[in-house]
Amino acid sequence: MARNVKLRIWRGDSKDGGLKDVTVEANEGEVVLDVIHRVQATQMGDLAVRWNCKAGKCGSCSMEINGKPRLACMTQVASFGDDETITVTPLRAFPVIKDLVTDVSFNYKKAMEVPAYEHPKNLAPGEARMEQIDVERSQEFRKCIECFLCQDVCHVVRDHEENKKSFAGPRFFIRIAELDMHPLDMLKNRKKTAQEEHGLGMCNITKCCTEVCPEHIKITDNAIIPMKERVADIKYDPVRWLGTKIRKREGL
Amino acid sequence: MTLERHKYDVLVIGAGGAGLRAAVEAREAGLRVAIICKSLFGKAHTVMAEGGAAASMGNVNDKDSWKVHFRDTMRGGKFLSHYRMAELHAKEAPDRIWELETWGALFDRTKEGKISQRNFGGHEYPRLAHVGDRTGLELIRTMQQKIVALQQKDGRETGDMESGIKVFAELTITDILKENGKIAGAYGYWRESGEEVLFEAPAVVIATGGVGKTFKITSNSWEGTGDGHALALKAGANLVDMEFLQFHPTGMVWPPSVRGILVTESVRGEGGVLTNNLGERFMFKYIPDVFKDKYADNEAEADRWYEDQDNNRRPPELLPRDEVARAINTEVKSGRGTEHGGVFLDVSKRIPAEVIKKRLPSMWHQFYELAGVDITKEAMEVGPTCHYIMGGVEVEPDNAAAVGVPGLFAAGEVAGGMHGSNRLGGNSLSDLLVFGRRAGMGAIDYLKKNGANPVSDASIAKAKAKIQAPFDRQGGENSYSLHAELQEITHNLVGIIRTGSELKEAIEKIAEIRKRSANVAVSGGRVFNPGFHLAFDLDNMLLVAESTAKSAITREESRGGHTRDDFPEMDTKWRQINLISSFDGEKVNIREQALPTYPQELFDLFDIHELEKYMTPEETSKGGTK
Amino acid sequence: MSGVFSPTRAKIDKRTLRTDKWWLEPLLTFSVLISFVIYATFRAFENDNYFVKDSHLISPFYSPCLSEACEPGATILGFTPVSAQIFNFALSPALIILIFPLGFRMTCYYYRKAYYRSFWLSPPACGVAEPHEKYTGETRFPLLFQNAHRWFFYAGLVLNVILTYDAVIAFRNAEGEWGHMSVGSIVLTVSAAMLWLYSLSCHTCRHTIGGRLKHFSKHPVRYKLWSKISVLNAKHQQFAWYSLIAVAFADIYVRQVATGAWTNFYFF
Repeated sequence: MARNVKLRIWRGDSKDGGLKDVTVEANEGEVVLDVIHRVQATQMGDLAVRWNCKAGKCGSCSMEINGKPRLACMTQVASFGDDETITVTPLRAFPVIKDLVTDVSFNYKKAMEVPAYEHPKNLAPGEARMEQIDVERSQEFRKCIECFLCQDVCHVVRDHEENKKSFAGPRFFIRIAELDMHPLDMLKNRKKTAQEEHGLGMCNITKCCTEVCPEHIKITDNAIIPMKERVADIKYDPVRWLGTKIRKREGL
Repeated sequence: MTLERHKYDVLVIGAGGAGLRAAVEAREAGLRVAIICKSLFGKAHTVMAEGGAAASMGNVNDKDSWKVHFRDTMRGGKFLSHYRMAELHAKEAPDRIWELETWGALFDRTKEGKISQRNFGGHEYPRLAHVGDRTGLELIRTMQQKIVALQQKDGRETGDMESGIKVFAELTITDILKENGKIAGAYGYWRESGEEVLFEAPAVVIATGGVGKTFKITSNSWEGTGDGHALALKAGANLVDMEFLQFHPTGMVWPPSVRGILVTESVRGEGGVLTNNLGERFMFKYIPDVFKDKYADNEAEADRWYEDQDNNRRPPELLPRDEVARAINTEVKSGRGTEHGGVFLDVSKRIPAEVIKKRLPSMWHQFYELAGVDITKEAMEVGPTCHYIMGGVEVEPDNAAAVGVPGLFAAGEVAGGMHGSNRLGGNSLSDLLVFGRRAGMGAIDYLKKNGANPVSDASIAKAKAKIQAPFDRQGGENSYSLHAELQEITHNLVGIIRTGSELKEAIEKIAEIRKRSANVAVSGGRVFNPGFHLAFDLDNMLLVAESTAKSAITREESRGGHTRDDFPEMDTKWRQINLISSFDGEKVNIREQALPTYPQELFDLFDIHELEKYMTPEETSKGGTK
Repeated sequence: MSGVFSPTRAKIDKRTLRTDKWWLEPLLTFSVLISFVIYATFRAFENDNYFVKDSHLISPFYSPCLSEACEPGATILGFTPVSAQIFNFALSPALIILIFPLGFRMTCYYYRKAYYRSFWLSPPACGVAEPHEKYTGETRFPLLFQNAHRWFFYAGLVLNVILTYDAVIAFRNAEGEWGHMSVGSIVLTVSAAMLWLYSLSCHTCRHTIGGRLKHFSKHPVRYKLWSKISVLNAKHQQFAWYSLIAVAFADIYVRQVATGAWTNFYFF
């Protein structure tokens, strides 16, 4: 039941490049990554593409397919029409290295800027007790496979290179939220630094990160907006601010 | 152009669980560490581990202890595991899991707020710490973030976050370099640019994982090309028992593009049932004699076990992986398989849809998106897939030092000995942590007595020439097609069921491909060129395949992950023997080496009648070493 | 050149390579919102036709009616603290209160997405390059003001109570006797109900009820409420539209009845 599909693949490097048309065979049930591999094995031996698990678990094969950031291993060829040309390009928010491979080091740099988890000093290994309901919110964010599709689609950096300095991006907002909601994390001021150092205020909650997340993490509703509200608690809400001064309330 | 050079105390090759754990250990002792990953940081194959990490914390059933875990591990490996590794593993696994919690890991919880533990094949009690069915991801992310925490600490102290520990992502190591008989460093190239790099480091930890890509149907990603096995062999280390490969019983079989992708054992742990095309729950037919007293022989008892584990025997779906894989293989070969050559695995009839989605979220996701199957409503089609290699670098159990190469250490899947002839599910993640840490400790100790060992220009020139070679050839062999040929050979001739004549054929054919591979030519430039990358991976895979085939033809018995049609029985004599592969620069040679005998206190942990099934009468009457 | 046309990015000369009708959603959002704004502005300044005495119907745009100029009977127990004129301008009673529902919606996390995308084109759709040269998000005035959402949420709750009261008192006949139901009373009830759903499903509400806690296990009641609110919150977008349409329709209905164009039909 093989059929031929028309692919338009971006080929090039940091200096120049463009879309190249190829026709390649596709079998039933195949995903875009399969046909890219076939192109690689039969027509373009040096076509660069990043991939690892081919099961939607590692987040390596991020690219843009018909203009949408997606995992190539989770995009069925059958989801496109028989006559439709499938256009495949590298992620457009990051510097291109070659063909479908981009330099995603921006994300690793940002990962290093988020202060790490801080375990309670008096709590020895094995002594931690946490209720399931207390870890569930953070567990949702720890599902993240770091495909960086959210970082790619976010217009704050996609459309404004200069914002990369001051904006951590959705992936790291969920990391900050994960730590702020972690039942045992002891580090103070995560809310304050989220706003002042990681650029939470730059986000205008247009939700593209949530739309592209292959793990279906509710990035905006469950992490970014709750963090914005937590920031409002300490920075933009005089009543709450006063309350914390008087009563030393939990969660701040 | 000048060569990029780096100097470190410890070089860790591989950024999966074992490598990262080793790096943490070494850095916390104050050493400067480089971590090499072949792909991006955090993408290593550890993320694919689903079920959990085995550790006898006793949170769900307090009868559990390291002794029970040790027994289960030895039994699972058919008493071929190195007793000391199994002992260290069972004793230290709980501490390694708890330690992750202090680094921010969030495991699923019990009602008392402890780490929840689930049932798994071959484990007597619920033992696997888990996070839904994405435990490997949790493990690797936790350690990745621990590395970042250490980097932040270094940043606060020195102003440079990468001063003490640096990650080199997308870099392939092509040679481990020795000078004066000791480790001196490693040579490789950036995958992105093709530029070459020299690392000078007196201690090297190999933690490169497995060899799955040698096979056609595998749960492994492209990275599983046996790099560490081959690098170690070439550096003069030994491989032990390379014939033992674990075929995970449940890989996806349909559609073709996802063939081999893992279906976690937790599906069976949570109550999934295997049936053939007659609707028969066939596993009851395949309970081997040695397991008869531990596994239920009727459906009623098997079903009761999920509710009451103290008074019922376990369902046979939870037999060790080698048994289940062979059973499925037999069913399919006898014409009782599904349309696409698998069997059915069904959870939908036993567990409510919401519970399935909560406990097995990524399985639901995987089948729904890749196969169009809703596992809360229909059965999955599954069949065996090459998953894990028990064999690997021969190491000293206590410090993970590679035998015969001072300064070289190996941990994780690339190391051999721990799992004997068959690994239990869940023992891999805990293995990574326990022996990753011990490899780090080994390196720390080694460096107390051994300083820098500069790399000579001659070694550099040799390593350089090797990388340039495929570009200089014109019109040679295509690495993609050679790889495909190799996979065809291993799949057909060195697969789940083996025979002497086929193995002989395989050895000849592998040698033939190896000859042709010396002539691989690469088109295009050096920048991110996958054809170029595969040329080196292929070389490693060929060496590993040769070692596996030659070990397999030598071992004339069937045990765990090695089944010989011409020698279908387990042989107590062979239990006393490890098969050691070494490399003479031309070919792999195999020799027999006696297993150490158990110390008395470990010997005494077993019922003598159980040992009689595995050991010769002389061994059992002699007992353990005092 | 910035953004996707930056020198280091893959050279692609199109703002987007999307092939679907990505422009449809922002276009629809824009059309509906702009229509509502035009209509609401007209109504706010109309200062008439907001009260139907016989049926006890008051438009949600004009309730609570706080001006001395309010039609008799339209006020709540005659409470009229605001004078009819300010600086010789006749002040429409709608203008006194409209800032609250308007502010609530303007600062709402869903509407922000909707109008940033459809009015500001920032971005028009995912993976479609926005036209602006610079972008600072909600970090400075006036958009920093979005953080006041919670205050409008509290005000919105007060309004919801009042509009619920309006709906209840509409269950009377012309003689003021209870137990009668007209189309108007249903319209006001639906509108009030939608407003409640919109408010309760709001992100600020979810945060206040329990989202701000670090340990749910120490607050079992709030955790339960938070779980319920979270279910509603997933539908906040729908409630935002339903409530907008319900309120607009309630106003149109009252206006039509007040002008005599429609008759308020009584079921009993």
